[in-house]
Amino acid sequence: MSILVIAEHDNAEIKGATLNTVAAAKAIGGDIHILVAGAECGAAAEAAARIDGVAKVLVADNAGYEHQLAENVAKLVADLGGDYSHILAPATTTGKNMLPRVAALLDVQPISDILAVESADTFKRPIYAGNVIATVQSSDTTKVITVRTTAFDAAVAEGGSAAVETVDIAEDAGVSSFVGEELAVSDRPELTSAKVVISGGRGMQNGDNFEMLYKLADKLGAAVGASRAAVDAGFVPNDMQVGQTGKIVAPDLYIAVGISGAIQHLAGMKDSKVIVAINKDEEAPIFSVADYGLVADLFDAVPELETKL
Amino acid sequence: MKVLVAVKRVVDFNVKVRPKADGSDVDTANVKMSINPFCEIAVEEAVRLKEKGVVSEIVAVSMGPKQCQEQIRTALALGADRGILVETDAELQPLAVAKCLKAIADKEEPQLVILGKQSIDGDNNQTGQMLGALTGMGQGTFASEVVVEDGSVKVTREVDGGLQTVSLKLPAIVTTDLRLNEPRYASLPNIMKAKKKPLDTTSPEELGVDVTPRTTTLKVEPPAERQAGVKVASVDELLEKLKNEAKVIQ
Repeated sequence: MSILVIAEHDNAEIKGATLNTVAAAKAIGGDIHILVAGAECGAAAEAAARIDGVAKVLVADNAGYEHQLAENVAKLVADLGGDYSHILAPATTTGKNMLPRVAALLDVQPISDILAVESADTFKRPIYAGNVIATVQSSDTTKVITVRTTAFDAAVAEGGSAAVETVDIAEDAGVSSFVGEELAVSDRPELTSAKVVISGGRGMQNGDNFEMLYKLADKLGAAVGASRAAVDAGFVPNDMQVGQTGKIVAPDLYIAVGISGAIQHLAGMKDSKVIVAINKDEEAPIFSVADYGLVADLFDAVPELETKL
Repeated sequence: MKVLVAVKRVVDFNVKVRPKADGSDVDTANVKMSINPFCEIAVEEAVRLKEKGVVSEIVAVSMGPKQCQEQIRTALALGADRGILVETDAELQPLAVAKCLKAIADKEEPQLVILGKQSIDGDNNQTGQMLGALTGMGQGTFASEVVVEDGSVKVTREVDGGLQTVSLKLPAIVTTDLRLNEPRYASLPNIMKAKKKPLDTTSPEELGVDVTPRTTTLKVEPPAERQAGVKVASVDELLEKLKNEAKVIQ
């Protein structure tokens, strides 16, 4: 068996999600190859070659792949991927955008968001917002899979010395182009890889009050997230949303502040190691998943917590 | 221009589904069924484009058993002009759905196909992208803004780091994210009118699509339950527990 992992990267660096995906590939077993498709992405390819357990790195360096446009990258992956037993990508917005397109080009029914590998053709995945876990077996020759990164411990980023091979395929579907992006700039860790995450909900009342959480986060080296209610209310931007339709996080410590605990929010954070809930409503469902619940007004509790840390 | 909108019949988002006792499938007997929320956003977007004069006709498509007519009628009540039901009692997986949609798109020749980014039952997030591959159209997935321009559409997408905007040549595919719009409620007169709008029925066989499933669900089970922990009385007690019991802060 040989497995093709599609690297998530920004042309300069490999993103952490790639390491979790390599870990899933190891759980399947077989030769692991990584595809780095990008533009001027030599540095990312070199980093990929150092990941422990990787046998080969394929680099497709072309302007058409610079922004990971699904139309172009999917063609490339389909060109390369047919002979592999498995094609894996992280279940990030980039992976979810591109991989089903690859699957359809290969006439394969993809398997989204796997949580566990049962065997080479059988996987566990969440359905119904994580309220049910399905065990799914694929009969396709090539398995096309996205990996829920929080479910697999990251592979070691250093120590490997894979061969780097250039792929000279320039795919340009000619139907899409990149216009621009607005990416959040922050000195805090990334939500999906932070060891500590503090999230605010509707109880925060407005965007300015999130400042309290940022202060607390800076003391704890934490990332700041939000519930869908807080995002929909316009308190904070969408990239902060934790939940079934936002980001899935599983930090060592998750602090939910003024979050009631809707099912769709719980689906995004319930695999955290320790959950703390601060809410003045003692009936809030969030307390049913919290290891430590503090029934208190967040506007008293959060500043007190920050001062005492 | 013509828009094709896909709508799926799913267990209502307020229902908490549970696996059957034998673990063979989820228990959907006697539960409320609704239009998938992301599909409802897709219909709303199409209707808004029609109200702006950009779109002239909206065709709503659903697939599955006869009862999917209800979700097509919902789309018609929201403002779609006519419906197509691809009727089958077979299990439909996203690849098969994408193939049926491709067959319909070949006939209808829409300039825009709008779908929900995922359905809240299977949570696959695949169909729009696969339809893109099968038709060769560009895709604007997880859309939070859609602007139709001359011969192209500009789609702002919700991505992990923030927002990304792409431009797609028409015809193109858009899949909706939550913040694209807030769907309206269908008014009673529109619900009545929807009953008279045309609804055609076809089948995967008529469309020439083999819908044989490629994956088999071996079992379903509830996720590992998380136990509720303890309530602490004060910030001091919380800090003490986090330091000495959970050992997650120093």
